[in-house]
Amino acid sequence: MEFRATTYRLPSGTPLISGLTLSVARGETLVLLGRSGSGKTTTLKLINRLLEPTEGEILIAGRPSASWDPIQLRRGIGYVIQDAGLFPHWSVERNVALVPRLERWPEERIQARVLEMLSLVGLPPAEFAERRPSELSGGQKQRVGVARALAADPPILLMDEPFAALDPITRADLQREFRALALRLQKTIVFVTHDVREALFLATRIALLDHGRLVGVYAPTEFLKATEPEIQAFAASLEAGGGHKGVQ
Amino acid sequence: MNWYEFLLRNRSEVFERSIEHIGLVAASMAISLAIGLPLGVALVRRAKLQRWVIGAANVVQTIPSLALFGFLIPVPWIGGVGASTAIVALSLYALLPILQNTVTGIAEVDPAVIESARGMGMTPRQVLWQVQLPLATPVLLAGIRVATVLCIGVTTIAAAIGAGGLGVFIFRGVAMVNNQVILAGAIPAACLAIAADLGLGFFQRSIARR
Repeated sequence: MEFRATTYRLPSGTPLISGLTLSVARGETLVLLGRSGSGKTTTLKLINRLLEPTEGEILIAGRPSASWDPIQLRRGIGYVIQDAGLFPHWSVERNVALVPRLERWPEERIQARVLEMLSLVGLPPAEFAERRPSELSGGQKQRVGVARALAADPPILLMDEPFAALDPITRADLQREFRALALRLQKTIVFVTHDVREALFLATRIALLDHGRLVGVYAPTEFLKATEPEIQAFAASLEAGGGHKGVQ
Repeated sequence: MNWYEFLLRNRSEVFERSIEHIGLVAASMAISLAIGLPLGVALVRRAKLQRWVIGAANVVQTIPSLALFGFLIPVPWIGGVGASTAIVALSLYALLPILQNTVTGIAEVDPAVIESARGMGMTPRQVLWQVQLPLATPVLLAGIRVATVLCIGVTTIAAAIGAGGLGVFIFRGVAMVNNQVILAGAIPAACLAIAADLGLGFFQRSIARR
């Protein structure tokens, strides 16, 4: 996946992303780190074409995103957002089966896949498959969100602050499990967060965004040693015992 | 003679008028739903047009019903004296709550749910039918309930332009200065309204529980 001089402007002309050039390697977890309003979510939505770039292009699997059928493209990209975005009128089972059903998989294959996915994210299917999202805790919802995103086995996974609204203990659990999962599944993951600890813990590489511009891309080990003022600011927030700015 | 003695003695006519009444309401609601639901869905994303259309439906709502029936009589094609004119007017009355609730119901669906539906690769049509409409159903049903009850009430006025229904007793009673005759129309009409309200309310709750 590759961004080539990508710019996204609002209809009013205000740029949210300016001249972003960035490549994401197959199987890596690239964390987009930045403050609120730095353009992280916008970058993510440009990948699955919920937004279209004003200038430049994004290559996905070597093809410009604009040449993909947006529906087909999105079905090949898992998407997890902050409050999971589960369908409240559907059971956990139906939620997880969403993309396989859209893709008209045979029913027995869907059933098997749902069981597999629920087990993968640590939710015993017998207990959880028939529940409604309203009967789940925040952490469980996010697990279902991850299961749903992975159900059709997409090569790419986009995650928009998936753990930001969780309590610190649940968050730490999910981060640990997610890291193990990411290592095992070898998906190409773009993960948005404003939490430096989370970025350092999960990332293969960290891309720092500031006011819609890419400050730089760093390995987690180099990140805190870098001298850019924006990184210093993030490092300082870490020392202050912060790092969690709470819910955006 | 009590009003219910009158009612009993004339039960076959009361029954006939009730059926007529229900027929007028059913036909008007069917037309109103057939127009209001698709129009409401179409208006969700068109803020400017939405204001105009809902504004117009609001204006219709402020016209006294007797006047609206009167206005429609000279209109070619739909006008004249009788049931068809009444059905047009009643449909117009029922339109506002249906339109309004369709628009609000869909607009109030959690944007995060819509975003993830689109992000997971649902087509706009799938998002509408599988996500937006089911989630808007409680609000939509509330609109249908209001519209139905309103329609049952206004239908009593339709007798003034020869459309029949339970209003026939009311107008007859007024002309005869006979309260029993008025009540023989008013009470069954009120019962119909209460029954429709309870029935649709029950339906609404059973849907919400699913």
